[in-house]
Amino acid sequence: MLLGPALAVSAVLFTIGVAGVLIRRNAIVIFMCVELMLNAVNLTFVALAQRLGVSGQIFVFFVMAVAAAEAAVGLAIILAIYRHRETVDLGKINLLKG
Amino acid sequence: MTTIIFWAFAAIAVGSALLCVTRRSPIASALWLVLTLFALAALFVILDAQFIAVLQVLVYAGAIMVLFLFVIMLLNLGRAGPSDRKGALAWAVAAALGAGLLVPLAGLARAAPPAAIQLPEGTMAALQQQQGMVGAVARPLFETYLVPFEITSLLLLAAIVGAVVLAKRKL
Repeated sequence: MLLGPALAVSAVLFTIGVAGVLIRRNAIVIFMCVELMLNAVNLTFVALAQRLGVSGQIFVFFVMAVAAAEAAVGLAIILAIYRHRETVDLGKINLLKG
Repeated sequence: MTTIIFWAFAAIAVGSALLCVTRRSPIASALWLVLTLFALAALFVILDAQFIAVLQVLVYAGAIMVLFLFVIMLLNLGRAGPSDRKGALAWAVAAALGAGLLVPLAGLARAAPPAAIQLPEGTMAALQQQQGMVGAVARPLFETYLVPFEITSLLLLAAIVGAVVLAKRKL
């Protein structure tokens, strides 16, 4: 039914997420773009679950659990970096740059 | 009718995702992302995944985005400072990579899974009629996928401990 359109929408959303990661410097915004990509993949899973069985929806469940864990740990890391460097601008966090 | 609603919500999702990526203030970005997540929840309902749609609103829009807004406010980044967008070179690279990625991904829209493994149309709706909306997801989750489900709890425990350790000033 709507399998093709759903996959197309999720492809567009994923691409927007990738572009966002590439054009922004704010660590929190980049993190939000990663969440956007995860959601695009969730849409793919749900669309395919309609025709290939309910397992796809279960995978969305697991993706959400991983996203929640990732958000908690990632934001804690951003907090720690901010405490250390007073910025979340990834252009200025260049400790490993030669 | 369903198709029209689908495209309406798809347009909302894509539009607000674009705004999320391009707004200067992180708060505005976060709020546009919340709108994207709500539109995606609506798409999930259209695609016969009502329980996942509820989870999307509760977990993503409710919990994860609140965490993001909390951190933005805690770090006092709400005001739009000097733009954090990169220069023209990064835009060119992003556009090229985005287009390069979109072409093969959009090809997926025309690809259908082989007919041999496809379930007949309306199987999902029938399953939900039979076992209930939550039951249709819960039954395989607690039977076939029981071990991954338990491992998920370990993952969440590790995430909790990790977040506390990382965010604490002094242990």
